[in-house]
Parts: sequence; structure tokens; C-alpha cells
Amino acid sequence: MPLLMPVLLASLLFSIGIYGVLARRNAILVLMSVELMLNGVNLNFVAFDVYLRDKLLSGQVFTLFLITVAAAEIGLGLAIVLLVFRNRESSQLDELRDLREEDDPPARDQVADDEQAVAS
Amino acid sequence: MSVVEVLFGLLGVVALGSALLVVTTRHLVHAALWLVVTLGSIAGCYLLLSAEFVAWVQVLIYVGAVVVLLLFGLMLTRAPIGASNELDSSRGQRLAAAITAAGTAAVLVTSLVDAFHGEHIDLSDDRVAGSSRTVGQAVFRGWVLPFEVLSLLLLAALVGAIVLSRRDISAGPELTRSQETGR
Repeated sequence: MPLLMPVLLASLLFSIGIYGVLARRNAILVLMSVELMLNGVNLNFVAFDVYLRDKLLSGQVFTLFLITVAAAEIGLGLAIVLLVFRNRESSQLDELRDLREEDDPPARDQVADDEQAVAS
Repeated sequence: MSVVEVLFGLLGVVALGSALLVVTTRHLVHAALWLVVTLGSIAGCYLLLSAEFVAWVQVLIYVGAVVVLLLFGLMLTRAPIGASNELDSSRGQRLAAAITAAGTAAVLVTSLVDAFHGEHIDLSDDRVAGSSRTVGQAVFRGWVLPFEVLSLLLLAALVGAIVLSRRDISAGPELTRSQETGR
């Protein structure tokens, strides 16, 4: 089998994942696109492991590790998404603008009131 | 072309098509189900590359666990059932994303074709490079320490997910006091 077949498939999957991460608004769909990118990388690892006939099987073992890390990542990511949804009733990423500078002064007053309420 | 190459090409087309549907479909649940198709055909690609154990781990963990977790997440965030226009960003951002993705794909494809043109993976002998015996020996001989570190990582992720999702854990008295003095 030409080495290019799995390697090109992996790079195209990675590019599709990039499109998904940038173009989607829903947080869970972004997580799915991240999974696509990780799968592209995994396929690359396995292809080069088989191509180089590695004695230590580093590519395949690293793929196993990456699958585990991806499972941990998706668990934590979903926990965070659920927390955001519980606090804001929304999982749209472009509505999470707290780290952005405030445009309108009334919103800042609102925040100050909230802080005073918390402090008292 | 050998049988393996034809099968790999077909599986690759299926994987790419369903991956495109994952990132473009308007049904949230359909996106998760198309992801199953993508991950399954990638598992088939692993099998064709003689990485048997990785293929079954992919089926078990990705198709079995990760997709179920994603479906749970969709359910718990009250995802809309049916077509929804809320899933994609604005047209301009989608265009920028498409340009970025196409640029990445172009750079990767041209450089990879230039680098590995004419190289072949030798699958002719009956050696199974990734049977569970060989992978198990590799993990427990050469890679024991990373394996143990990985178990620590999983434990940390487990504790983190529990702490994040429980409602009855709030900041303790010390934390609130330090916040007040900090202000």
C-alpha cells in the first residue's frame, strides 16, 4: 500500500476537524471536531509505525495513549460544557463573552451591583 | 491495485464523507451518529494496516464510550431535536474557517506528497504488526512508566469531572475568606 494513502486521509481528516472547530457554535459540536482532528493524528501514528516497522511499537502504543487522553479530555470537556449550560442556559460558544472588554456602561454597573451584593 | 488498497480507499472515502457531514449537518444528533461512521471506518483502516489491537480499542473506547458521552452531553444540554440553524457561526466566519481548513489541507497535502512520493508500506508478509500479544508486550516492557502516568491522568480527570459536576461542593470557608481579603 502506498504510504500516501493513510497519510493523506489523516491530513484531510485533520483539515475537516479544523473547519468544524472554527465554524461551529455549539460547544459539543466543537468537541466532536476536536475528536476528528485527534483521529487524523492517530491514523498518522499507526501508518508510520507500520511503515517503519518499529521494534518498540511506539506509534501504536502512543495511539493507545492518545485514545485514553482523548477519552479523559472529552469527559472533562463535557463536564465544563454542562457547568456552563447550568449557569447560563446555553451552550453556544459565541455567547460566552465574559473575558471581553465591556462595551456598554450599564452592564458594568450591573456587575458592580452584583459584587456589592455578594460582599455585603 | 491490491484488495487492501481498494478497501482502504473505500473506507477512506466513507470516513471523509461522514466527517464532512459531522461538521456540516444541521441535526445535532445526526452529527454524533455520523461521527460513529467516521470512527468505525477509521477502525477499519487500522485493521487494514494490521494494527489489530488499536482497531478494537478504537471501537471500544471511541465508538462505545466517547460517542455515548457526547450523546449524553447533547441530551443534558437540551439540544434541539431536528434541524436547527443555531449550530453554525455566521457566513463570514464559516468562509474564514473554510479558507483556513483548505489552506491547511493544501500545505499538508503538497508537503506530504513531496516527501513520501513513491514510498510503500510493506504488508505482503503475514506478520501482524499490532496483534494484542505484541502490543501487550510493548506496553508492559518498554512503556510501563508512561502507562502508569496515564492511569494517574485518568484518575485526575475522573476526580475533576466529579468536582465539576457535583452541585453540593461549594468553596470552603478558607477560600471565601481569601477572596474577601483579596478584594
